[in-house]
Amino acid sequence: MAERPLPRPTPETEHFWAGTRAGELRLQRCNDCQASYFPPRPFCPECSSRNVLIYRASGHGTLESYVINHRPHPAWTEPYAIALVKLAEGPRMMSNIVECAQTPEALELDMPLEVVFLKQTEDITLPLFRPLIQPIVQPIVQPPGTAR
Amino acid sequence: MTGVVIVGAAETTDLGVIPNLSELQLHADAALNAFADAGINARDIDGFATAGFRPTEVAQYLGLRPRWVDGTSVGGCSFMVHVRHAVAAIQAGHCSTVLITHGESGRSRVGKSGFAPAPASFGGQFEAPFGVVGPPTMFTIPVLRYMKDFGLTHEQLAMVAVVQRQWANRNPRASMRELITVEDVLKSRMIAYPFHLLECCLVTDGGGALILTSADRARDFPKPPVHIRGTGESSETPIISQMEDLTSSRAFREAGRDAMREAGIVHADVDHLMIYDAFAHLPIYGLEDLGFCKRGEAGAFIAEGNTAPGGRLPTNTNGGGLSYMHSGMYGMYALQESVRQVRGEAAAQIADVEVALCLGVGGMFGASGCVVMGKEARP
Repeated sequence: MAERPLPRPTPETEHFWAGTRAGELRLQRCNDCQASYFPPRPFCPECSSRNVLIYRASGHGTLESYVINHRPHPAWTEPYAIALVKLAEGPRMMSNIVECAQTPEALELDMPLEVVFLKQTEDITLPLFRPLIQPIVQPIVQPPGTAR
Repeated sequence: MTGVVIVGAAETTDLGVIPNLSELQLHADAALNAFADAGINARDIDGFATAGFRPTEVAQYLGLRPRWVDGTSVGGCSFMVHVRHAVAAIQAGHCSTVLITHGESGRSRVGKSGFAPAPASFGGQFEAPFGVVGPPTMFTIPVLRYMKDFGLTHEQLAMVAVVQRQWANRNPRASMRELITVEDVLKSRMIAYPFHLLECCLVTDGGGALILTSADRARDFPKPPVHIRGTGESSETPIISQMEDLTSSRAFREAGRDAMREAGIVHADVDHLMIYDAFAHLPIYGLEDLGFCKRGEAGAFIAEGNTAPGGRLPTNTNGGGLSYMHSGMYGMYALQESVRQVRGEAAAQIADVEVALCLGVGGMFGASGCVVMGKEARP
């Protein structure tokens, strides 16, 4: 079976792909307006600030939407799902759902997911997601007195 | 009111499967037909816009000597955007008579340049590795979110295709004319769940061309002018995964709002509607994002027959991308149907179309262009 089409990182996205190689899902956040964003770029798409940082995301998310593709692709055996994952930090990314039947019954919208990493080459490791069997309940609470 | 009118409009002589014409010649075939429609020739054109090809290639092929060109290429709504830009150019005096062409060998692929996302683009890095196979796996991906949030049913989605086939049934130039049922749609081959074959657009060959000039020159042309009442455009995202809201298109909302505002119309003024339908969910999104329906209500609105023949808001009356034709960049054909309806020369003609609204999409919910046309400059 043919390989997946692989990304070619740019200077602006290299940190993301270095992250997946290291087993981390990396996002960016603006130090001025605090927006988390994806795909990578060295400035904030919300407020245009260059004052941004790269951070390790939780790797948790939920299944926001998907299709189950029935058309042939040289690197897949169809049908397979192409998913949109809403990351816990806010941004959305496309991925695949592994360790899960590729059916409407198994792929329940809003199901919790966690990232896993699939090495493709020495340079490229892809972030995929699998169902989070026992969801870790971590309510996001802003402790008093820590308002930014 | 923009002071600009459409004085020539035509499609290619044939539509559907055209293996004997290259993509470039499809542009030319449509342009020559539009020249005939307007009673002019290439010498009368001093402004030119196109997408798919660089405007220099098509302009030289046609023998044009433009002193204004626009190669805005934002997908299938590029032609709506060209109309908007041409209005501004004519108003500014940069040119007086603009030709806009489209030609696409979508099915026969004669003289066609392929396009795949560059591996370093956002699409190449963040979508291609996950198995997308063209628009049927990308344009479609928001709809399950919409279905869960608003309760749209599979049957209602199928009804979009059923209703548009009712229009195509009245149109001899439509590629698919045989009436279909919801059951036919749901039994057709699965392409990308939840989309079946009949909920996806055709892939056919064709072209179209428009000629615009200032309203004060309209009497120099043989056909009654179609007035450009208002226009709007917006750009949102190059990749579907970064659409701001999976259940609503910001580009649709902004382009539609600006076009209606400039035209000075309210929804009740619209006699005829075109909403670019690459897939069955687009008319649903378009009706809501334009404000003809409340959020979550467009599926039922269509299923109840409001956009069908005899309904109160005739929509996609050529049969649309689902049944009439879809070459890849369908926007030109939606514009052509709006012109035909305002002129009173459509195959499935609606009585007394004073105001027609035409909404286009580019890419996969990537951009939008909207054009409001009228029989008169003002009602």
